[in-house]
Amino acid sequence: MEKWPQTIRLLGLGLVLSLVLLSGLAFAQDAEVPAIDTGDTAFMLVSAALVLLMTPALAFFYGGLVRAKNALNTMMMSFIALGFVGVAWALIGYTLSFTPGNPFFGSLRHAFMNGVGLTPEGVIWPVTIPHVLWVAYQGTFCIITAALISGAIVERMRFAPYIAFITLWSIFVYAPLAHMVWGGGWLSAGGLFGDGFALDFAGGTVVHINAAVAALVAVLVLGKRKDYGKQAILPHNVPFVLLGAGLLWFGWVGFNAGSAWSAGGIAGLALTNTFFAPMATLVVWTLLDFGRTKKATAVGAATAIVVGLVAVTPAAGFVSPMSAIIIGAIAAVPSYFGILWRSRSGLDDSLDVVAAHGLGGITGALLTGVFANTALNSAGANGLLYGNPGQFMIQLGAIAVAIVYSLVVSFVLLKIIGAITPLSADSKAEGLGMDVTQHGEEAYTDGEGAVLIASSEAARPMVAVKPAGSKA
Amino acid sequence: MKLIQAIIRKEKLNEVLTALFAKEVYGVTVSKVQGHGGETEEVQNYRGTTVKMELAEKVQLEIGVTEPFVDKAVQAILKSARTGEVGDGKIFVVPVEKVYRIRTGEEDAAAVTPVLVGR
Repeated sequence: MEKWPQTIRLLGLGLVLSLVLLSGLAFAQDAEVPAIDTGDTAFMLVSAALVLLMTPALAFFYGGLVRAKNALNTMMMSFIALGFVGVAWALIGYTLSFTPGNPFFGSLRHAFMNGVGLTPEGVIWPVTIPHVLWVAYQGTFCIITAALISGAIVERMRFAPYIAFITLWSIFVYAPLAHMVWGGGWLSAGGLFGDGFALDFAGGTVVHINAAVAALVAVLVLGKRKDYGKQAILPHNVPFVLLGAGLLWFGWVGFNAGSAWSAGGIAGLALTNTFFAPMATLVVWTLLDFGRTKKATAVGAATAIVVGLVAVTPAAGFVSPMSAIIIGAIAAVPSYFGILWRSRSGLDDSLDVVAAHGLGGITGALLTGVFANTALNSAGANGLLYGNPGQFMIQLGAIAVAIVYSLVVSFVLLKIIGAITPLSADSKAEGLGMDVTQHGEEAYTDGEGAVLIASSEAARPMVAVKPAGSKA
Repeated sequence: MKLIQAIIRKEKLNEVLTALFAKEVYGVTVSKVQGHGGETEEVQNYRGTTVKMELAEKVQLEIGVTEPFVDKAVQAILKSARTGEVGDGKIFVVPVEKVYRIRTGEEDAAAVTPVLVGR
């Protein structure tokens, strides 16, 4: 039985905590509001829709990689973020991320969408799109970041504590880190690095490194699947994996190009880089595959695309397309060998979130500090190759802050939730499959042997969940 | 009355069916099966996971026939299913005690003689 009241209590606790923590922090902002630009708005409307699609895309990518008995549970772990994390964003996550506040989180000025209108008024950056659209666009980032974590703990984490974790995580980990990097906080100009600031165009640090560290923590807290290292655990639907990777790439155009917040040269640059970098990763990955097994694998190709996209994310609007190709090509190497090492280790990061998003994200964030060029984007900073070795150190510093922050707070959240309700399914439920035990559904059933039960009987719990003939 | 149970390569199914039909053996039940017959294992890679596939997918035919058709059917299968490589499969011929046709209640030889509707 799922303990829903506990989940709700946990969510309530989180909300109250954040309100207590942050009440009384109010800030003034200068009132010069740019006018709406219809071109920019049209572009950002499309970009927001594209990034929204990435979460269902991730569901297919992850869903194809697990065994058939866990397909729905894995896909639901992404889909459910659209609900809980999305609502948490509107209620509190947005205002904690993108309003002026202290170095670590914003104020409650726009809590519950308060004061979020149809003009750019109140947006922390001088954008030319409606404030409401800005909130929705940024919300799609928060949703997919939380969903990314699920890849590490699929096939074993109970669904209710999972929902509690990603929802609280989006408030206590994602929002503060987004504030530090993008919301004028500690890692922005005037913070930790003085006049310098961490370059993160679309979320290498905030999204990918952050999610990967939380994923690592979740694996260490939950432990491995009972079959891990004992039985071959194979992807049940590789076409799903390819479909997911393709849709992720499509959505990522909104993620990276949309992070220009305007339909201009920088958006064009970011889109082009978002095409070329994963293309280069795909080439290098395929060559590595040929070298290792003499065969180019489809799961490898799908993984390569994601790794290339992750790596170019922090760099997309700051580097030249040739630099993006180099970034994409280099990024293949640590992730490729990271995955090989991981699957022979005891670390059951089941779908390689750490190797793909962590190593890919770190490679991308560091190389942004190498290849960034203000001749292309004056709002950025020069990297190592353009006479500013200090930027590389700033990138390193920002990565370290993200890792430490995400590690500590993710750990605390999991421990709190774990103290209230078990995080892992028992080994019987795990063996039976998470689809049946967590959701009372199966991904692939032909209905043979399914006998309709009368509605009065259906009210009795567990009858439909227990397969006939199982040893109770 | 014999039951011929043939386990063959799945890519040979169409050839085998054609050969059986040519010998006027029409009553066949086909199922997908998996087995191990001493073939070399196929190696597959999924990210860092390398596995040997110890079971090969095969097709199993079950054919109930009267005595005059046993040899015809066996020869047809032997000829059409053979590649010469390890993994071509097996044919088992087993005695059958009794056969009934469910539609009519016919027994034995009458039950396994196909009614060729529209042929």
